[in-house]
Amino acid sequence: MTQQTPPPVVELTGVTVEFPPVKALDGVDLHLRPGEIHALMGENGAGKSTLIKALTGVHTPTEGTVVVDGVERRFSGPADARAHGVSTVYQEVNLCENLTVAENIMLGAEPRVLGGLHWRAMRRQAATHLRRMGLDIDPASSLGSHSLAVQQLVAICRATVGDCKVLILDEPTSSLDTDEVEHLFTVMRSLRDDGVAILFVSHFLDQVYEVSDRMTVLRNGRLVGEYVTADLPAAELVQHMIGRSMDVLEAAEEVAERTERPAGATPLLQVLGLGRKGSIQPFDLDLYEGEVVGLAGLLGSGRTELARLLTGADRADTGQARVAGRPTRLRNPRTAMGHGIAYTSEDRKGEGVVDGLTVRENIVLALQAERGWMRPLPRRQVDEIVARYIEQLGIRPADPEALLRNLSGGNQQKVLLARWLATAPRLLVLDEPTRGIDVGAKAEIQKLVADLAAGGMSVVFISAELEEVLRLSHRIAVLRDRRKVAEIDGEGASTAQVVDLIAGGGAA
Amino acid sequence: MRDVLRHHLFWPVAALVALLVANTVARPGFLAITVRDGHLFGAPIDILRTTAPLLLVALGMTLVIATRGIDLSVGAVVAVSGAVALSQLAAAPDPAAPGTVLRAIGLALVLCLVLGVWNGFLVSVLGIQPIIATLILMTAGRGVAMLITGGMITTVTSAPFKVLGSGFWLGLPAAAVLAFGVFAAVAYVVRRTALGMLLEATGINPAASRLSGVRSRTLTWTVYAASGLFAGLAGLLISADTMAADANNAGLFIELDAILAVVIGGTALSGGKFNLSGTLVGALVIATLERTVTVLGISPLVTPLFMALVVIAVTLLQSPRMRERFTAVRRRTGTGAQRPAARPDSTEVTAG
Repeated sequence: MTQQTPPPVVELTGVTVEFPPVKALDGVDLHLRPGEIHALMGENGAGKSTLIKALTGVHTPTEGTVVVDGVERRFSGPADARAHGVSTVYQEVNLCENLTVAENIMLGAEPRVLGGLHWRAMRRQAATHLRRMGLDIDPASSLGSHSLAVQQLVAICRATVGDCKVLILDEPTSSLDTDEVEHLFTVMRSLRDDGVAILFVSHFLDQVYEVSDRMTVLRNGRLVGEYVTADLPAAELVQHMIGRSMDVLEAAEEVAERTERPAGATPLLQVLGLGRKGSIQPFDLDLYEGEVVGLAGLLGSGRTELARLLTGADRADTGQARVAGRPTRLRNPRTAMGHGIAYTSEDRKGEGVVDGLTVRENIVLALQAERGWMRPLPRRQVDEIVARYIEQLGIRPADPEALLRNLSGGNQQKVLLARWLATAPRLLVLDEPTRGIDVGAKAEIQKLVADLAAGGMSVVFISAELEEVLRLSHRIAVLRDRRKVAEIDGEGASTAQVVDLIAGGGAA
Repeated sequence: MRDVLRHHLFWPVAALVALLVANTVARPGFLAITVRDGHLFGAPIDILRTTAPLLLVALGMTLVIATRGIDLSVGAVVAVSGAVALSQLAAAPDPAAPGTVLRAIGLALVLCLVLGVWNGFLVSVLGIQPIIATLILMTAGRGVAMLITGGMITTVTSAPFKVLGSGFWLGLPAAAVLAFGVFAAVAYVVRRTALGMLLEATGINPAASRLSGVRSRTLTWTVYAASGLFAGLAGLLISADTMAADANNAGLFIELDAILAVVIGGTALSGGKFNLSGTLVGALVIATLERTVTVLGISPLVTPLFMALVVIAVTLLQSPRMRERFTAVRRRTGTGAQRPAARPDSTEVTAG
């Protein structure tokens, strides 16, 4: 774009933010130059938000410096940052829907006259700002009457009031459709050409490639590097984000043994055009007995959303499902359970275990719920089931009366698995069953998944760790931007192939 | 001894014993029970009788609180129940006929069940916050009772109905036999079936329970309906005691006493784990406390203050944080050195 690189308007050097004992950011550098759109990339938890907060004064760095316009700063908060030309627009629009567009734009910078507000001037100034955004709306209309996209643009408009040198956009496109995204990009480009430095955070790789000039990649709170967008193939970016080189991924051994599926077998669960607005685009998927189907994709690509439709956790608004060839509506988890479909959520604490109950109660919960409260499982049968799974899964402590909240993450996960295995499901959908647990427990759960499939169960396996998915899956469905983009055979799949699909193929 | 101290019922029971001791000191014959005409008489028996309506209301309240809810409407339901039953009796040609009495009781209970179902509908189907949903009936219910009684205090004479309030069964006050009987039956059902566990799961983690196939909505609906029914029964006991239906004052503030009984009994308002035996002790503590005020001759001016102080003391002793601090102090002074910190909620609770 420009031949000579202008000096950065924002320079973060060696910024470290600690939430003891965790280092959320560890010596990260970031350089924003005027007149560029700079993408900040990384998976969830990589430290993107923390970095933005360190810059705008929400978090105070324990080490490192923040230099804005050549002066070292420690902002006291977003308002202070804004006063010095660093404005932030967050993912969810933080505006007052009940106020007018003009009031929202000029909030905090209202023109005054005789100790009161100068309403006419306010509207006039707001109109000027709106025109710059290419927005043709009445400044006197109430904000709530406009679409989310317009509200987003108003939020950006508000951020650029006054002397805005740096504009931070955190996931601005997540709730916009294609045309609206295009409009936003037009605005971003025009702001860039006016010399504003824009920091752009997005999960959508296509968008990042379309609009950004340069990018900084973070992983686990550390800086991976700064790259010129045009010089970095998408596949390489994905590798930087997930943090494994091709060689390491390729080395992962295959444990999935192929049990030949008879030709013409009926899928256990077949879905056609299943979808939910704002959640995941319609997709087809066949799930067979004895098969592990892996779901691969970046966080936010729609893996969990897909799983929730398969299991009735969310209700689909389009498409149909067939269980063993028979059309079925998966209305809620209970109907899905009735068809032998079990689902463990990725949110183990929030949607999985009941931490105030005992191991015993947690294990029999689903089985008991299925029977209804009036037919309690006989105590002897309960003890038998609980003892069997504690033994089989190696749950520690091996005490049925231990409160679940006193167990480690890995053991909680095993209890959750036991709860579903006790219902003897035919299809088991596991969303991130190995996240946040130690290596030993992880290996045990992987082994268990392979064994269950070998025993004839159909398993859907979701993990952010590509190597795990590759190793366990017979088939892999790849998701990108809330859409199922490909389905490949797990046997012959190479990591490069999957990474390519995740990154969007052509972009490389 | 240590296990006794750690038991979740220790402090409520200790409070109850302390109150009884205070009463006995003030009036040496306090605990004496005499037999007259084959019936038991004495202050402890009176306490059982006055506990009865509160116990029923607190029973429903415990189940509702277990699902993270609260039912503020029980006082109004008590008033509605009494109003319906007594107006029925008053309108009948012979208020003492068994058929009339049974119909009045049946009608009152059915209506209260419907009111409970209404609360359950607002909370479980419409998703209105329990405190708001039941607040509607809390205020509207007294209006309904007022309509039924026509704004008057309906008084009736009906010997069979009066038995519910001041009669005796098996030598004990009928109200107490009924209330404790219902309480025991419900406690048995809750712990013998899977109802208790499913209620607790719903209260602790509604999202996880739903994904596990628990019919949380039906369960929630059921407990509000039950709470309405039990409050209706309590209303019958109260109105049968006075034989007057007072739409404004019957069951006034009983919802607060019931919530208090639940809390004193060690069930947290945040829902989840609940403790019916604790609620029983809690209801007894409150009834005894009211009695103590008269026995000690405490001036009506300071009665609310006195009651508040006792309640604060019991709830503080119940609170996990205070208990931990208490244990820590004892550990420092060497009396409890080998014991781990108290974990009050780690005890499995069986009610009854």
